[in-house]
Amino acid sequence: MLDHSDRYVELNRAVEKKQSSLRGRTIINLFFENSTRTRTSFELAGKRLGGDVINMSVATSSVKKGETLIDTAITLNAMHPDLLVVRHQDSGAVALLAQKVGCSVINGGDGSHEHPTQALLDALTIRRRKGRLEGLSVAICGDILHSRVARSNIHLLNTMGARVRLIAPPTLMPAYAERLGVEVFHDMRKGLTDVDIVMMLRLQMERFHGSFVPSTREYFHFYGLDYEKLAFAKPDALIMHPGPMNRGIEIDTEVADDIHRSVIHEQVEMGVAVRMACLELLAQHIPNWRHANPAGA
Amino acid sequence: MARRRKLYTNARLLDPASGLDVKGALLTEGDRIVDLGPKLSSGGFAGDVEQIDCQGHCLAPGLIDMHVWLREPGAEHQETLATGARAAAAGGVTTMVAMPNTEPTIDEVALVEFVARRASDTAVVRILPAAAVTRGTKGEELTELGLLAQAGAVAFTEGDKPIYSPRLMRRALSYATTFDLLLMQHCEEPSLAKGGVMNEGEVAARLGLSGIPAMAEVILLERDVRLLEATNGRLHASHLSTGEALDVVRRAKQRGLRLTAGAAPHNFALNELDVGDYRTFAKVKPPLRVETDRKAVVEAIADGTIDVISSAHAPQDPESKRLPFAQAEFGMIGLETLLPLTLELYHNGSVPLLRLLACLTCNPARLLKLDSGRLAPGAPADLLIFDVDTPWRVDEKKFRSKAKNSPYDGRRVQGHALRTVVAGETVFQRKRES
Repeated sequence: MLDHSDRYVELNRAVEKKQSSLRGRTIINLFFENSTRTRTSFELAGKRLGGDVINMSVATSSVKKGETLIDTAITLNAMHPDLLVVRHQDSGAVALLAQKVGCSVINGGDGSHEHPTQALLDALTIRRRKGRLEGLSVAICGDILHSRVARSNIHLLNTMGARVRLIAPPTLMPAYAERLGVEVFHDMRKGLTDVDIVMMLRLQMERFHGSFVPSTREYFHFYGLDYEKLAFAKPDALIMHPGPMNRGIEIDTEVADDIHRSVIHEQVEMGVAVRMACLELLAQHIPNWRHANPAGA
Repeated sequence: MARRRKLYTNARLLDPASGLDVKGALLTEGDRIVDLGPKLSSGGFAGDVEQIDCQGHCLAPGLIDMHVWLREPGAEHQETLATGARAAAAGGVTTMVAMPNTEPTIDEVALVEFVARRASDTAVVRILPAAAVTRGTKGEELTELGLLAQAGAVAFTEGDKPIYSPRLMRRALSYATTFDLLLMQHCEEPSLAKGGVMNEGEVAARLGLSGIPAMAEVILLERDVRLLEATNGRLHASHLSTGEALDVVRRAKQRGLRLTAGAAPHNFALNELDVGDYRTFAKVKPPLRVETDRKAVVEAIADGTIDVISSAHAPQDPESKRLPFAQAEFGMIGLETLLPLTLELYHNGSVPLLRLLACLTCNPARLLKLDSGRLAPGAPADLLIFDVDTPWRVDEKKFRSKAKNSPYDGRRVQGHALRTVVAGETVFQRKRES
C-alpha cells in the first residue's frame, strides 16, 4: 500500500495529474462531521484518478431531517455508488453503515475509534523521511482519549515494528492504555527523550464532557510542544500533527512552522497519495475493473 | 363444592423454600395448592380430579421476576402488559414486577391502579406494579409512598435511574420504614457514569467508546449502606455487576443491615467482550463487565450474597438499537431466556439447582411479601413444570415478546418451561417441536 502510494506522490507533483483508472466510477464522500482536509483530500484523490466524486455533508442531507444512519445508507446504496468514504462522529458508525451497502466503504474517521487513512499517510510521511518504520521510536502526545488518529497509529506502527509511546495527562489517557502495546508517560520531557518522531494531537474540546484539563494555558505549559521540550527528542526528530492545529494550545507556532523539523504540510500532501492508493486498490475488486491503461478504456 | 381439582402426578417436586426435592405429586383446588408429597397418588381420588402427568419433569413454584420493563402505558409498540405476559408465561414466569419508567411515570395512585387493572384484564400472568420514589423520577419530590403501597405498589424504585440525592435517599429510606416498604436501587453514581456507554476498560479503549467505571457502582452502594445503617431501612440493589459491590453487600449483610442484592442473567452469562464489534444488543446498564466480575457474580449467587435473579427485561424497537453504539438505547429482553441462562450455572456445576430456584422464587417472594414462590398447602397454585436438560438454541424469531433485542440469539442452552400455571390455570404449554 505504501509502495503504491509512493508512485502517486510523484504523480501529484507533476503538472499533468489526471489518471483514468477510476473512470466511470462513482465515489460518494459522506461526511456526518465537519472536515476540510480529509474530505478535500479524498475528493482530489478520486478526481485525479478520473472518478466522479460527490460530496455529501450532514448540513445538506436528509439526516438533519431525522433520517437514520441505516436509511441513509440504504438510500445511497440504491444509487449504486462504487465507493463510499464515510466520516461519522460515533465510534463504530462506519462499520454499521458498511453492513448495509453493497459497495466498498472507506472509513474516513469514526468517533474516537479509527482513522485508518490518517495512519497510512503518517506512515508514508515517516517512511519517506526516515527510510523505514521498523525500530523507530514514536511519541504520540496529547488528547489520546478522544483520538481516533492515535488508535489507528498505534495499530499501524506496532504492526510495522515501530515502538510507540503515549504521552498525556492521566485524564486524557484511555483506561488500560498500556495494554494497547505501548509505553505510557505523563511527563512530556521523559516521554520525548530520544524519540525519532513527535506526533502531536489536537485537543478535541468538542468531544469533552466536563473538564479534562484545568485550562488551555496550563495544558500548554505542561503538554504543549515547544523548543524546550522538543530538545529532549533526538536532534533530527520530526514533528507531526494531523491537523487542524490549535496553535498555542498543543503546539507552539514556531515549532509548527519550523521547516527543518515540521512535516505537517508534507502529511497533507501524502494524504492525497495514500487516498488515491486506497481508492484504486479497492476499485480493483469492483466487477469490470479496467486497468489504469488508457488503451483499455 | 364446584372448585376444580387438579393432580400433577409423576413430578420431581422442587421447593427451594423448604429444600424439598422429591418425586411425588401435587394437588390444587381452584387457585390454591392443597397438598403435595411423595405419598400423594392418583389412586385415592374420584373422577372429578383432572390428572396432569408431569412425566418425571421438575415441578417448581412459578418464577417471580422482580425487574421487568413493560412499555405500557406510553410505548405499546415496544411491549404491552399482554405481550410481556405471554413472554413471561413462555419463560415460566408467573409473577413479575413492572418498573415505573413508563409514559407517564407510575407515580400516582390512579396510575398504580391503572397498571394493576390493565394487567388483570389483559395479562395471563400476575403483574405487580412498582412505583416511582420521586415524582416523574425527577429526583426531587417524594411520591405518596404509603398510599401507593396501599393501592398495590409492591416496591419503590426509579427503575433505570438511581435515587441520587443523598438527602432524598435518606428521607425515602427513613419514611419507608413506617410501612416497611421495599426500595430498589439502580446502583450507579450518575456523574461518574455520565456519557458512558459500556464498561470502562481495555475494550472501551480499543473501540473508542466512553466508559462507565466499575467504581460508579460501588461508590453509590457504599453510600447507601451508610444511609441504611442510619435509617434501618430496607433496600434491594437491583442488579450488581462488580465484585467490589458484591463485597460491600457481603459485609453489610454480616453487620445485619437489611440489604439484599440482585443480578440479571447478563451479569453472569456475558462479559464486556460480548460487545464485540459494536453490538448494540449488548448495550445494557449496568454494563457488561470484565470476566473477573462475571465470576464474582456467579460466586455471589452460590454463596447467597445475591438473593434474587431477575431478567431486567427491557424491550426496545429496532429503531432504538439499529444505531451507532453511542446513540443506541440501553437494555435487552430477557423473560424468555431467564430460566435457561440461570440453569447454565447448574449445568456447569457452579450453583446447586435449589439455590438457583430460590433466587427465582421464594427469595423475591420474601422481599415482596408475597405468599407465592413456594410449594405448600394454602399457597397460590402458581406453578412451573420444566425440563431441566433438553438442549435447544435461542431463536429470536420464536420470542413471544414484541421486541427482539436479545444478545443471546443463536446461543445453545439447556432446559425450558413445559407448562406454566397461574392461579390453577394453565397459561402456557409447550408444543412438541424441534
